[in-house]
Amino acid sequence: MSLNYTSDEMMTIAAARKIRNGAPLFVGIGLPSAAANLARQTHAPDTILIYESGTIGAKPSVLPLSIGDGELSETADAVVSIPEMFAYWLQGGRVALGFLGAAQIDKYANINSTVIGGTYQKPKVRLPGAGGAQEIAANCGEVLITLRHNKRAFVEKLDFLTSGGHFEGGDSRSKRNLPGRGPTAVITDLGILEPHPETKELTLTNVHQGVTVEQVVAETGWALKVAEQVGTTEPPTERELAVLRDLNERTARAHAGQQ
Amino acid sequence: MIGFPSWQNRGLAHITTLSQAIRESVHDGDVVALEGFTHLIPYAAGHEIVRQGKKDLTVIRMTPDVIYDMLIGSGCVKKIVFSWGGNPGVGSLHRLRDAVEKDWPKPIEVEEHAHAGMAAMYAAGAANLPFGVLRGYIGTDLTKYNNRIKFIDCPFTGEKLAAVPAHRPDVTVIHAQKADRKGNVQMWGVVGVQKEAVLAAKRSIVTVEEIVDDLQAPPNAVVLPYWVVGHVCEVKGGAFPSYAQGYYARNNAFYKRWDDISKDRETFTAWMEKHIKNTKDFAEFKRVLEGK
Repeated sequence: MSLNYTSDEMMTIAAARKIRNGAPLFVGIGLPSAAANLARQTHAPDTILIYESGTIGAKPSVLPLSIGDGELSETADAVVSIPEMFAYWLQGGRVALGFLGAAQIDKYANINSTVIGGTYQKPKVRLPGAGGAQEIAANCGEVLITLRHNKRAFVEKLDFLTSGGHFEGGDSRSKRNLPGRGPTAVITDLGILEPHPETKELTLTNVHQGVTVEQVVAETGWALKVAEQVGTTEPPTERELAVLRDLNERTARAHAGQQ
Repeated sequence: MIGFPSWQNRGLAHITTLSQAIRESVHDGDVVALEGFTHLIPYAAGHEIVRQGKKDLTVIRMTPDVIYDMLIGSGCVKKIVFSWGGNPGVGSLHRLRDAVEKDWPKPIEVEEHAHAGMAAMYAAGAANLPFGVLRGYIGTDLTKYNNRIKFIDCPFTGEKLAAVPAHRPDVTVIHAQKADRKGNVQMWGVVGVQKEAVLAAKRSIVTVEEIVDDLQAPPNAVVLPYWVVGHVCEVKGGAFPSYAQGYYARNNAFYKRWDDISKDRETFTAWMEKHIKNTKDFAEFKRVLEGK
């Protein structure tokens, strides 16, 4: 079957649909930022975008390249210092939803963005590190995670646990007394995974058009649990695709149009 | 033990050249924080540290970016204390990675935190407290590799909380929009953790876009009074390729270009020679970069 959109576009659109209108949303850079801005320009115009640079209620017209682009502070309702952002706003429990990317994820939606391979001291690949991700994962009311689905990313055991999801599953998160409920969905380019209500193990609940359950299982590095009823994601609407493509084109022009 | 009130360690602001400021306030072996959260990053000051060949520095920064890549690749750095080290929106810092992964140009010691922890460390330093406290780090692997992250029980509720030691840099370096002739410094937009970083430090250097007669700052504007800052240096465009709100935009194209410049050791070294080491100041760097 040939589709008139890419799997990355489907991922961003599926992720955007998870965003409720009006919710204060803590946004990571990259895929989460694309999904959040798509949501704000389609079904969720009153979403309050919060970037860790201190910009609260940002309304960018192009996607920021960095977490603190001028576009964010110029369009924000308020700009606060970093200590205030992390202490009063995030730790203060004022953010309903956090939206993160990851380099690796495990079956309990714990994520790694620190090191891959080797040892911590001598890694094969040194990634940027935690940034604000672990506080977002701990403190937001709930957390969405979005990343591309393949065996290198969906691993049995993380090389490093940067940000806690549901830890060892079951009640292991609530025993740690973290304020937020943790990850509620993982949106990939193949489908959607949600934690089981009790075991908290990620379970495949949706595949995107043209993707089979077997394909998702094959791209997952552990024996993936599959829901009894696996839904098929609604394909992108014309409006969703048009808005996303327009956003990406404007962004590419804006970032290339210097120097 | 209670430290000195921090102002006792300072002189009043004096307006100097950047070259003099770095020579007088940054010494080999110092703990140096060049702060800025994507906005107002003190690039010109970082260049000058490379130019003057400072070494064995412990560098602190929440978001070490391209300027820390330059310092590390040039061999100025012994240890890095940080919470997110990347080229925002582009990818890796290749010089940081090469130092961590392959010890080039020399091994680098790493003390790694999360953003909230680093913010609490600066705030504790500014408040002259021995440590900062936060609800963080619980259940993460950072606690296995960084023994400066500890846990304490809240004396009132019994809740388990993280404790991190105060940052007390020897010198903090920041860039701001404006200063007046007395040395009062004003900044706005994304102001990051710069105020705390200056107040936590023994010495400070502030580069500014311009020095004016009157700041015309409204009440509540972020102003660092002249008597808590050290050197103030006018360096127009000194935050390039980051931005200075109200003056110029972030040069995202340069951040993307840095990926190619920094990827291999030879290209990086040649670029640094031509643009930084063989130029006398930031203005000449900009001229060479623009091919003038």
